Amino acid sequence: MLKTFSLGGIHPPENKFSAGKKIEALPVPSQVAIPVSQHIGAPAKPIVKKGDAVKVGTLIAESAGFVSANIHSPVSGTVFKVDDIVDASGYRKPAIIINVDGDEWEENIDRSTELKKDITATPEEIVKAVANAGIVGLGGATFPSHVKLSVPPGKTCEVLILNAVECEPYLTADHQLMMEKGEEIMVGTQIIMKALKVDKAVIGIENNKPDAIKHMESLASSYPEITIEPLKVQYPQGGEKQLIDACIKRQIPSGKLPIEVGAVVQNVGTTLAVYEAVQKNKPLFERVVTITGKSVSKPSNFLTRIGTPLNNLIDAAGGLPEDTGKVIGGGPMMGKALVSTDIPITKGSSGVLIMPNEEAKRKPMQNCIKCSKCITVCPMGLEPYLLMTVSDKQVWDRAEEENIMDCIECGSCSYTCPSSRPLLDYIRLGKGKVGQIMRSRTK
Amino acid sequence: MSTLTISPSPHVHSGDSVKKNMYGVILALIPALIISVYNFGLGAIVVTATAVVSCMLFEHLIQKFLLKQETTIWDGSAMITGLLLAFNIPSNLPIFIIIIGALISIGVGKMSFGGLGNNPFNPALVGRVFLLISYPVQMTSWPIAKALPFSYTDVTTGATPLSVMKEALANGELPTNVLHEIPSYRDLFLGLQGGSAGEMAGIAILLGLGFMLFRKIITWHIPTAVIGSVFIFTGLLHWINPLMYAPPMFHVLSGGLFLGAVFMATDYSSSPMSKKGGLIFGIGIGVLTVAIRVFGAYPEGISFAILIMNAFVPLIDKYIKPKRFGEKPAVAK
Amino acid sequence: MNVVVLTILTLGILGTVAALVLYFVAQKFKVFEDPRIDQVEEVLPAANCGGCGFPGCRAFAEAMVKSDDISSLNCPVGGAETMSAAAGILGKEVAAADPMIAVVRCNGTCDNRPKTNHYDGATSCAVAASLYGGDTGCSNGCLGCGDCVEACTFDAIYMDDKTGLPVVKDNCVACGACVDACPKDIIELRKAGPKGRRIFVSCINVAKGGVAKKACKTACIGCKKCQKECPFDAITVENNLAYIDYTKCKLCRKCVAVCPTNAIHEINFPPKKVKPAVAPATPVKPVTSDNNPSSDNKNKEE
Repeated sequence: MLKTFSLGGIHPPENKFSAGKKIEALPVPSQVAIPVSQHIGAPAKPIVKKGDAVKVGTLIAESAGFVSANIHSPVSGTVFKVDDIVDASGYRKPAIIINVDGDEWEENIDRSTELKKDITATPEEIVKAVANAGIVGLGGATFPSHVKLSVPPGKTCEVLILNAVECEPYLTADHQLMMEKGEEIMVGTQIIMKALKVDKAVIGIENNKPDAIKHMESLASSYPEITIEPLKVQYPQGGEKQLIDACIKRQIPSGKLPIEVGAVVQNVGTTLAVYEAVQKNKPLFERVVTITGKSVSKPSNFLTRIGTPLNNLIDAAGGLPEDTGKVIGGGPMMGKALVSTDIPITKGSSGVLIMPNEEAKRKPMQNCIKCSKCITVCPMGLEPYLLMTVSDKQVWDRAEEENIMDCIECGSCSYTCPSSRPLLDYIRLGKGKVGQIMRSRTK
Repeated sequence: MSTLTISPSPHVHSGDSVKKNMYGVILALIPALIISVYNFGLGAIVVTATAVVSCMLFEHLIQKFLLKQETTIWDGSAMITGLLLAFNIPSNLPIFIIIIGALISIGVGKMSFGGLGNNPFNPALVGRVFLLISYPVQMTSWPIAKALPFSYTDVTTGATPLSVMKEALANGELPTNVLHEIPSYRDLFLGLQGGSAGEMAGIAILLGLGFMLFRKIITWHIPTAVIGSVFIFTGLLHWINPLMYAPPMFHVLSGGLFLGAVFMATDYSSSPMSKKGGLIFGIGIGVLTVAIRVFGAYPEGISFAILIMNAFVPLIDKYIKPKRFGEKPAVAK
Repeated sequence: MNVVVLTILTLGILGTVAALVLYFVAQKFKVFEDPRIDQVEEVLPAANCGGCGFPGCRAFAEAMVKSDDISSLNCPVGGAETMSAAAGILGKEVAAADPMIAVVRCNGTCDNRPKTNHYDGATSCAVAASLYGGDTGCSNGCLGCGDCVEACTFDAIYMDDKTGLPVVKDNCVACGACVDACPKDIIELRKAGPKGRRIFVSCINVAKGGVAKKACKTACIGCKKCQKECPFDAITVENNLAYIDYTKCKLCRKCVAVCPTNAIHEINFPPKKVKPAVAPATPVKPVTSDNNPSSDNKNKEE
């Protein structure tokens, strides 16, 4: 019996069309637009201006606080302008636009592909290197990684958990990364372990990737402190809380962080970035992006420079299909519908899903029939039907009482609802409001 | 390029629908319907057809002329109410009484509270209990089951096993003395007993239960709690005084317990939301059923027990919450 | 006979004892309430809309009785009449507040503001606003899901099917419920003006002129022409957006004439005689969105 998390969960059709597709490097575009806010926390401060020459890996915007991240140029060329561009939500946000000229890298970046196994950096140096490289959680949450690597005083980390679950349907970037960069990920794991001062690491992989489990297990045999944990396929296993529960059977109490139960979770993509930053001195300026969908002619995994226009990616995958109804940044469960394809790839873009028109439409909402299926599937043990009602009626204190802030927005409730009620839409709204109220109370 | 659709996540849906669930329940009711037709023939067909058609018609009329909504009669819920009402009444009931029952079920039991999903009581039971109180004679003279009878009104009527038991008690006889008058457990289980149209055959209803569990329409909690608590409670009574109280198997297999536990108590909107709440709700129904059967004036108590517990559902929902994630204390260190 | 007497006696004594207990308990837990609160509540509209800032009319009445200076208190629903009646009961002075009305500061009709996306989420502006900027190029404008209509307890606002924008009716009491409900802060309470005449900028787009104009034909582009034209310094332009201060505006309508995008609206003015062709059939209509003249002739500018 394979392990999984203890409450709720669903199993949507996996549709991993791009599984097994080799990672291809996408050609460098002629112009890139790099938003200064690609992470959770304060937007980075641009330190270049119009006309400045930059190389691949040059720092172009620096971190503006502890919870913030550096941004490096993914291309070489000249800064065209620093101006507002339309982001994925349709708002105008500042970005650095660079005209590309050649592909010249900063000299201190080690471009060789050979594996560098010995870790000479001290824990402090590792955290610093990660911060300098501007690494954020590449699973999609984009939380600055150096913050996670700094264990708060008074707490100890007992185990590092690597998130290789990729429980979102369609997405395959992490899967392919494990198949091609398994060795590097192992070394990266050791680097993070050193930074956290732990002697145990668990890599959680869902059972729908048997090749990756086999490959990683054979690699892990030479690293006794790293174990591979095959997990039962169940969404949302990639959620931090669910993954910890699944791997080490510990549940994080409401409102607390993973370190409370002695665990730190990192995504495999992030781990690879840490390896490259520490061993190869390479900042985060490119990532693997899955582009997929039922109607996409060439579902692929592309190694893409940050700031590449989404349209380039779509063209490389065979163009935007005629009947496209929705373009989603991320997976179908938690991804964000994009207002246009005229936006750049950012650090958080784990995938692009193109959905045909008829699939993109929601069904009309009906009365709640109180079937309690939303409760059954909720991985946090909440009552989505009730949270939707109190959010709609704006009874915020009741919403707080019913633990609305525990919701991880996985969407299992909306997915399951037979009446097609937009449960998560309202819960998210309530979370925002309750969060505001709670923050104003502590002030 | 065409305009892109924007909506909050999730962007996929399971494809589950109200219709699928409701028609699933109807499919699960078919075995019981077949047994009922086999036992009561034409009577069962007439009663079922009348109840279903009039329930759907009343729902349509109320939605069209009183509430001015779009009609929802094809979502299957009115059909279920009709079927369950038919299964709960004798198969020789005059047609006008059935129509009154349907009107009360749909009009009072369902639509007056706001229609699908808003009814605090099981609509079919509201109709059934209304009829039981208003037409006690017609509602308690059950035709005797025999294979495929083709007459409607002119059938011999007889008592149900439970009323035989009750009568014995009322006459001061020991119930164990009349045990020979009631069918064997095997016959009870297969539906060879007197009673309302669709409630007799335990096996047919268990088939339906299996189907609904397989299709994940309901969970096991409520039926198990109801049947289990009836078994335990009557077992306890039987153990204390085997002469006064009938054996637990008799209570479990007779009357409408199976139908009530599987199809009536599990009605979505009138049962608790959480699993724990479902168990409490089921145990309440079981205990009340036995109390009414053994100590009360009516031979059968499941309908009343379910309606009484329906009234407790908001209270149960308020205080019995599902297990939250992270409630169990962390085991770190 | 004895039984009857005994019964009467027992019940009589029981009744007396109960009455005494009740009396003393009532004395003990007596709460004094100023009778004037009831009187004031009587004259209030009993709408319990919360427009005064208090949770319901009774709380407002209490506040009026308790505070010495009631000049800061105002019941927008009842208006001056109610306030002076209430003040009369209390023997206090009340400042006459100008009657206010809600105005919708967006004119992004389907014609003026082409749709770039199709919204398919829950029908709620709050949900839509938390998701993205809007289904048009303008990320400030009306989302059209009708949260303001939902919030209104006076049936004073409705969605115009043709324009897709909310319209405030004359029976608006300026309780401010719609102002709070609008996640885009489009609705503002403004002075209703003499004979309902008022002038305001019907746009809140803060994007640069070119961007705003591309998204919406009648967007304020921040050109400052109105600011220069205004003889009373009532207009300020900040963040590429003009705002008319209604306390300074003298309703001269000069700004309306110079606005290149017709973003400034005049309401309830008699139609101008010089332009009979523009607003033919609807001379005085108390809606904010229907009576803007077409802006085609000005489109080539910018």
